[in-house]
Amino acid sequence: MAATKKATPKKAAERKPVVIVDDVHVIYKVYASGKRVTRGQGKNGIFSKTSNLREVHAVKGVSFTVYEGESIGIIGSNGSGKSTLLRAISGLTPIDGGSIYAIARPTLLGVGGALLPNISGERNILLGGMAMGESRKDMEKSVDEIAKFAGLEEFIDLPMRTYSSGMAARLKFAIAAHRDHDILIVDEALSVGDKQFQNRSEARMRQLRENAGTVFLVSHAMESILETCNRVIWLEKGLIRMDGDPKKVVAAYSKYMEEISE
Amino acid sequence: MSQENLAAYAAEHGLKRMGARPSFFNYLTETWQRRDFAVALSTFSNEAANARNRLGKWWNILLPTIQAATYGLIFGVILGSSRPDNFLPFLFTGVFLFSFMSGSFYSGASSITSNSGLVRSLSFPRALLPISTVITQFVNLLPQIGILLVTLLIIQHQITWGWLALIPILFLMTMFSAGLAMIAARLTAQVRDLSKLLPFVTRIFFYISGIFFSVDKVLANHPDIYAFVKWNPVYDFIEIARGALVEGYTMETDIWIACVAWAVVTFVFGSIFFWKAEEEYGRD
Repeated sequence: MAATKKATPKKAAERKPVVIVDDVHVIYKVYASGKRVTRGQGKNGIFSKTSNLREVHAVKGVSFTVYEGESIGIIGSNGSGKSTLLRAISGLTPIDGGSIYAIARPTLLGVGGALLPNISGERNILLGGMAMGESRKDMEKSVDEIAKFAGLEEFIDLPMRTYSSGMAARLKFAIAAHRDHDILIVDEALSVGDKQFQNRSEARMRQLRENAGTVFLVSHAMESILETCNRVIWLEKGLIRMDGDPKKVVAAYSKYMEEISE
Repeated sequence: MSQENLAAYAAEHGLKRMGARPSFFNYLTETWQRRDFAVALSTFSNEAANARNRLGKWWNILLPTIQAATYGLIFGVILGSSRPDNFLPFLFTGVFLFSFMSGSFYSGASSITSNSGLVRSLSFPRALLPISTVITQFVNLLPQIGILLVTLLIIQHQITWGWLALIPILFLMTMFSAGLAMIAARLTAQVRDLSKLLPFVTRIFFYISGIFFSVDKVLANHPDIYAFVKWNPVYDFIEIARGALVEGYTMETDIWIACVAWAVVTFVFGSIFFWKAEEEYGRD
């Protein structure tokens, strides 16, 4: 399909690009631990490990250009390369081919547990902000506001390991979304939050976009995608399957998912 | 559109290439700008680590004191008449300064792996993590220096100008330790197996660096071996500190030069070595 389409600057005159992704490939080299039962026995010994090195071609030549004022939803089934692509855009995963250009270094808000599990929520706020380059004074002023946004005022003095996954995700989003970003990438971090928090965070993402920021949102919740994004990219097996108007892409994706689950 | 056109188009709109490691200079600048983070991380982690102990941060003083007392008792008895001169100050200087260097090496090695939640969630110069552990080690060293100075005062009955030399010595040792922590951090992040060998490395240095015995006395009949062993950085730092503090020991010029060289070389090499793999940390 449109997978091999190059990043074309057709409307360059009126639109300013923010992110250009050009024919990007990411290949993971992973030591496969253990053999699949169905396969024959390999060599044994210390050095047999080298024969277990497997390559996983997670992103296989993806190209698109994001313009100012766009907020991009990324959808696709599990293992389609969404997170890998976004980690590559934010510079956290090295790419094995192609090139990525961006107006500023994107902030990636990933999934996963606590920032620092043994440290209180409040101190995680301070450290998270300082890691992103804020001064300690500014963060100390914002602590209450961030805790309030996350809805965690009561628990903010408890170590982060005691938080549920939803609470931890809320706190992380609140830390990252507290300041304006040129490019913010939210990777499924909100799916664990409750309805009330999802509404609040969607509102915040729209606000970031209005302040000339670009938001990437990975989600399996199509409502969230339709609510926040004005362009949707559908990835399947490391390739772009569709790219364009949210309603059309989401409809096609939902139809595809129904078909394969039958 | 071709690669060159795309690059030009990107440049025209002020876009920068991603995934490329920042230049070494920019990396250092960015790290320096976020030094507050390294300090706060060190303070908070240290407090959290002590929070579950009843005696809390007092352990930072108790532990090295017990350690020094144990070594003093055991080695003092075993070594008998072959004890180095002025044994207690000699031993305390060695044990405390050694624990600073080995602690930096050890905790630096685990700094990336033990903060994986942070590394996976946020992007920041990763060098801040090993540096933060060195700050922790340095803060823990200060009360030990206090114990050492009190011991010196009790045994030697005087404060000398030599004590002032401790300031540049600690500065150089911290540079050296930071370099060591960064080297260890990259090595263990990339080859996990090495973390198994670290205890042996620190043990070996404990025995060859003359913590509880005098290297030049033991090797008095083997000047060629001594000429080689004397450039061991751990020995150099401890030897120069003894020269500054302990009666009957002097600060030799060649040891001073060795200390400065080791500090600068280890720090510069360590930061470059660590920076070279910046984009690899947290990828697993």
